Amino acid sequence: MKKYEKTIEIVLLISATVATLSVFLITFFIFKEGLPLLLDYGITNFVFGKDWAPTNGKYGAFPMIAGSVSVTVGALVIGVPAGIACAIFLAEIAPKSVVKFLKPAVELLAGIPSVVYGFFGLSVFVPMIRNYILPMVQKWNPNAYTSGYSILGGSMILAIMILPTIINISENSIRAVPIEYKQGSLALGASRFETIAKVILPAAKSGVVASVVLGMGRAVGETMAVILITGNMPKVPGNVLDSVATLTGTIAMEMGYATPTHQKALFAMGIVLFVFIMLLNMMATCTKRKLGGE
Amino acid sequence: MVNRTKIKVNSLNLFYGDFQALIDINMDIIENKVTALIGPSGCGKSTFLRTLNRMNDLIVNARIEGKVLLDELDIYSEKCDLIQLRKSVGMVFQKPNPFPKTVYENVAYGPRIHGIKEKSKLDEIVEKSLRGAALWDEVKDRLNRPALGLSGGQQQRLCIARCLAVEPDVLLMDEPTSALDPISTLKIEDLLEELKKNYTIVIVTHNMQQAGRVSDYTSFFLNGEIIETDLTDNIFSKPRDKRTEDYITGRFG
Repeated sequence: MKKYEKTIEIVLLISATVATLSVFLITFFIFKEGLPLLLDYGITNFVFGKDWAPTNGKYGAFPMIAGSVSVTVGALVIGVPAGIACAIFLAEIAPKSVVKFLKPAVELLAGIPSVVYGFFGLSVFVPMIRNYILPMVQKWNPNAYTSGYSILGGSMILAIMILPTIINISENSIRAVPIEYKQGSLALGASRFETIAKVILPAAKSGVVASVVLGMGRAVGETMAVILITGNMPKVPGNVLDSVATLTGTIAMEMGYATPTHQKALFAMGIVLFVFIMLLNMMATCTKRKLGGE
Repeated sequence: MVNRTKIKVNSLNLFYGDFQALIDINMDIIENKVTALIGPSGCGKSTFLRTLNRMNDLIVNARIEGKVLLDELDIYSEKCDLIQLRKSVGMVFQKPNPFPKTVYENVAYGPRIHGIKEKSKLDEIVEKSLRGAALWDEVKDRLNRPALGLSGGQQQRLCIARCLAVEPDVLLMDEPTSALDPISTLKIEDLLEELKKNYTIVIVTHNMQQAGRVSDYTSFFLNGEIIETDLTDNIFSKPRDKRTEDYITGRFG
């Protein structure tokens, strides 16, 4: 009997170790491959260099960093208000029958493969931007031009992709707000929306912030959908209708034909991405701790 | 002093779906008095209390018949503005429920949503309300600290202050001391004595001694009906109904 228990314990320990170890191994591997080039080329040259021309030995990753940041920020600008609004609707306003239908639909959204999102964006958003949004912009800026493959398109598709994350986590944290708060507010003569805006949302904010940070993580890391939509031009963008390349997209597309040094540069790009995600996670933990301590 | 009826309840019936929770309730609640509602768990006294500021509206399948008149205004008629009603009929809950905000923000919440913006005016209301709830001296140096850091008794008095801040006429209290220790309970009971000079108070309590100590009138509820309503002294010394006597002497419930 006792031996049996011991065996289970060991199996569990091994599983836990494998999971943790792989994180460290991946980290180690990325840094081992990428760090020498990063140091050789100069971290500032790499991070702030505006010229990405691997065939000429120029590895300035700034255009991709700007690309990833702009697409992510755009996704948040569109996705966060929509996601939080949807979460409020599901948790506070919608009748049960509507929730029963909407919630599985939102969860389904999370299960769609990213290449499908990409294809959807490519065949809907890209032409839409080219044919409808561009003429509107051209009315007051006749020189504007876009192929449709743009930050705007990428942001729109990423906004949809991060919706399930934001909606689910926000909704759960809104539902977790004790009903006593709501009753207390209503009993003071507050309307339903005053109660939501001034009591329920502030009480749920740590969860809402966490959902946004997780959504941001997903947006930064997304590769396939973004490759198909943003146009993959390694240039620093000037406005939201410009084409950009992202960190993840560039790694995925160029790794296949990269020469050894080029490959190392892509790993260095992986380091940048890695640092990005680490910062995001740290931000999430910090805000959670700070808000939770109140 | 003339006893004026503040709230008049006329043949009130309340249903949760098919279940009838309140049966033909008739009652006069007298201004500037404390009315206690007693009765065993599930007898409908909390439900009744909630009909007085329409908190039952939150329950999806609750249905109401009959009339509740607050100063002659039927609160279930079209003419009644729900926000105005809840402003003039405040409620204190069983479990202290301060918002996760600072002490100051908790009290200022009500006046703010009712449109008061000037800081000086809010400061004044906050101080007056906290004094009214006998809490000012204990919290005046920590108005900007989280309300959830106060003790349970202080939190409950903060909730009372929060109600007072919107200047109600009536205070409904749903077992306000059941989650508190005896000393905090005593403080709240003393406070009730003070508050009834300016407010009409209806309190639900499970504690018979408390009803005896704080109330002027007592209503005994059983299975959704009022068995009897009378001066508290009469209820406890010479109840008219056998069931009331059984309950207050602890033979059931």
